[in-house]
Amino acid sequence: MQELLQNLLNGIAVGAIYALIALGYTMVYGILKLINFAHGDVFMLGAFVGYYAGRWAAAHANSGHPANYFIAGGIMLLSMAVCGVFGYLNERIAYRPLRNSPRIASLITAIGVSFLLEYGGQFVFGPDPKFFPTLTPKHIVHLGGIVTTNYQIIVLVVAVIFMGLLQYIIYGTKFGRAMRAVSYNFEIASLMGIPVDRVISTTFVIGSALAAVAGILFGLSYPKIEPLMGIMPGLKAFIAAVLGGIGNVPGAVVGGLTIGIVEAFVGGSQFSNFRDAIAFVILIAILLFRPSGLFGKYEAEKV
Amino acid sequence: MRKLGSLAVVVLLSLSLTGCPPKSESGTATNATANADNAAGGDILIGEYGSLTGNQATFGQSTHQGIIIAADEINAAGGVNGRKIKILTEDDQSKPEEAATAVSKLISQNSVVAILGEVASSASLAAAPICQSNKVPMITPSSTNPEVTKKGDYIFRMCFTDDYQGPAMADYTAKQLGTKTAAILTDVKNDYSVFLGRDFERRFTEDGGKIVAKASYSNGDSDFRAQLTSIKPSNPQILWVPGYYTDVGQIAQQARDLGITAPLVGGDGWVSPKLVEIGGKALEGCFYANHYSYDDPSPVVHNFVEKYKQRFGAKPDGMAALAYDAMYVLADSMKRAKKLDGPTLRDAIAATKGYQGVTGTINLGPDRNPIGKKLVIEEVKNGQLVVKGTIQQQQH
Repeated sequence: MQELLQNLLNGIAVGAIYALIALGYTMVYGILKLINFAHGDVFMLGAFVGYYAGRWAAAHANSGHPANYFIAGGIMLLSMAVCGVFGYLNERIAYRPLRNSPRIASLITAIGVSFLLEYGGQFVFGPDPKFFPTLTPKHIVHLGGIVTTNYQIIVLVVAVIFMGLLQYIIYGTKFGRAMRAVSYNFEIASLMGIPVDRVISTTFVIGSALAAVAGILFGLSYPKIEPLMGIMPGLKAFIAAVLGGIGNVPGAVVGGLTIGIVEAFVGGSQFSNFRDAIAFVILIAILLFRPSGLFGKYEAEKV
Repeated sequence: MRKLGSLAVVVLLSLSLTGCPPKSESGTATNATANADNAAGGDILIGEYGSLTGNQATFGQSTHQGIIIAADEINAAGGVNGRKIKILTEDDQSKPEEAATAVSKLISQNSVVAILGEVASSASLAAAPICQSNKVPMITPSSTNPEVTKKGDYIFRMCFTDDYQGPAMADYTAKQLGTKTAAILTDVKNDYSVFLGRDFERRFTEDGGKIVAKASYSNGDSDFRAQLTSIKPSNPQILWVPGYYTDVGQIAQQARDLGITAPLVGGDGWVSPKLVEIGGKALEGCFYANHYSYDDPSPVVHNFVEKYKQRFGAKPDGMAALAYDAMYVLADSMKRAKKLDGPTLRDAIAATKGYQGVTGTINLGPDRNPIGKKLVIEEVKNGQLVVKGTIQQQQH
């Protein structure tokens, strides 16, 4: 029983990170019908901004140890800002000129941007693994029979805050209404006076900022970061988005958590070798049996 | 304009395809002159491939520094029969497939007389068949997987093997420390880890111990919590983790996060100046097998440690020590060989007997592995590495 709960908790902590990345995939898909394959690498970029900022803070803090939640929060905001700017430029330079080209052109461009980030990252940051600084002190927390750290709790709390914020933006603000309109049909939305370009840019900024949050949380929990670290979590988050129904925001969260929990249980069983494979098994199963995902609506495509 | 652009792309592509020439430590030699050098009385070219970057970067870096110190000493002392040696280094990025490419390049383009490398057994296993089929002797300083030297009679080794290391550590924990239960956590994508896990398990069980849990991960994973959660309820006295230092540091941290207090025990894959930096306090009381100790009072070791510290500002680790010995054994064999062609040099290396190295006396046996190497057990204490025990391999 304890083992079960422990695995569940571990799974939720990883799943929350997948969910944050999956939100970026699903938002962009919802609006542009584009799978932004560079998204996993934006997550990597976020982790690296956190790494350099954290090291800088550690070197300049008076105590020599930035044992401070405010500094950690500041680093997270900085990383979100950098990734947000990157997301904006990415859309502006790479995707907008192709908006009226066939969708496959944007998809190939996305793969190109992804490679640029991965191997450009190897060039700029160096290919060796780096070790994420300890931004806040770490304690062990006992919850009933299960053991966790304050880090896992931070991951969960921060992830839930940002998911709530996103939900509010999409369903509670005027901008969110514009977003939903663009996602429904962007030609008609533009006829109604909605600034489609600005909505799309902002969507990229929000998605990239969420990826930055995921990057920082990942760096805190699993301190090894390297330029290719975005590939696997990126793929799994993509699968999470497909599982939840791509384009569906709550679906991405449920999908992310599901993948995280399933992986934790497989990793903790005697089939631990298959942990990475299980996400892909899920992908194949969902494509075979329910291609629109758990929460997606089935739409017949007009040919 | 468009045409000009595509022309530029083609030029850039062709430039990037030709690649960069290998780094060479003393002066640069173009391929043409390099070949001429080897034939005439110029520099003797020796190829080195290693993980200078990537997941096991410190393995390659330490090895490279050990080789450079030895090569410079040999050249300062007059070289090999009056000729200087020159090391050509290729980075394999800690990837076996890159190791194969690097070695092919060193042999076919640079015509090196011998190859030094790698640390990771997976990389050595990928490169060994290429050296064997080209009849270029290869000395691996520190690949411990027994299969490496079985790839052919041109492949030599400077360190003990896993079928010695694993059982020796099992004997030490079971008999000397009286450990009764152990859990095993291996890296399934790593030849070294899989074999070492198996060898430890066999001997530990023979010694009356019990393996209470087994789990595995894949090279490059960051999350080990699931596996550790499955190990925890069986409450082992030690965790046998025959992985590489990058993973071990993280495994230790996550084990402590989950409330596992048993020490982690491992093999020479832990040997790295980064080990304690990554694992921090979580590694206190953990111990592993190393190839030598820098506190060894022997003058050979003292000379090496001092020179290394002076040049690189750090104490040499086991990988650097083995690389230093590998370079010296190779130079010593080249001095004895009448010619430097593959078969003659191979025979000379195979005849190495009683060479006094930093990692002990090196006698190469008929299976091209050294006989009677010692194993030093190092423990992490207060963030420092201290010698916990020494095991001398039986001569057989």
